[in-house]
Amino acid sequence: MFEKIAQKNWWKIIGVLLVAYTIVAGFLLPVPRLPILNETIRNLYYHVPAWFAMIFLMTVSLYASIRYLLDSHSQWDLLAYEASRTGIIFSVFGLITGMVWANYTWGTPWTNDPKLNGVAVALLFYAAYFLLRQGVSDEQKKARLSAVYNIFAYAMLILFVMILPRQTSSLHPGNGGNPGFNKYDLDSNMRLVFYPAVFGWILIAIWIMSIRIRLQNVIDANEK
Amino acid sequence: MRVIVTMCSILLFAINTYAQTPNETEMADVMRSNGKIYVVITVLLVIFATLAAYLFSIDRRIKKLEDKV
Repeated sequence: MFEKIAQKNWWKIIGVLLVAYTIVAGFLLPVPRLPILNETIRNLYYHVPAWFAMIFLMTVSLYASIRYLLDSHSQWDLLAYEASRTGIIFSVFGLITGMVWANYTWGTPWTNDPKLNGVAVALLFYAAYFLLRQGVSDEQKKARLSAVYNIFAYAMLILFVMILPRQTSSLHPGNGGNPGFNKYDLDSNMRLVFYPAVFGWILIAIWIMSIRIRLQNVIDANEK
Repeated sequence: MRVIVTMCSILLFAINTYAQTPNETEMADVMRSNGKIYVVITVLLVIFATLAAYLFSIDRRIKKLEDKV
């Protein structure tokens, strides 16, 4: 489906260069001097893009699942599966880095913040997705069932991570009734690093996902 | 004339105090001023470059397998 572009190198190099740039600029460019946060505000360049990459991959997975239900092409099922798998890896990055950060700024690795608990619940929905896939042996039945469930899991992810934390108060910026990043949360210097970081990490996440898909396709071709 | 001199001196004073406002928030200014922050960046870049190179080598391996199939 995307074999041609998956073999190309230019977009992988862009991803690597963007992330390398954020490693340099993320430490050198000035940041707002805020109490409690101090230098840890720079974590924004590394912690938040992991979540953006995760949400992006889950959206890819949702799209692939819908496409599978429309035309039953097994490649869409593989894309849905591998996108959500790689998305889980990035959510683990986001969770662990968030816990380290929270430990030094909020005083504890796990607060009962609605965003944290929401992510925990959403990840359980995705755990059920992988269990569902393991439980059905018939390939087409598995693909169809898990595609339907994946749409539900994505709805739960958005509900618990994007919507519910905004209805209540949350320690995360941009929650508790406020829109996302606004001028108070992110100054223009930080945008210079933050947006390339998001874009770069999304490209690297796609790269890792594409490697897994290609590997699975080689294995399948060998078995035939 | 006197007014201008007074105004200029007030302005100068204001700039001076602005520049000397002590930063109460503690930041890693020492690390940045003595240049040691570059060491940290170099270490991180080496790790990231190695990981990227490793990903590229996996990529090339799979391309070889794809060409065989």
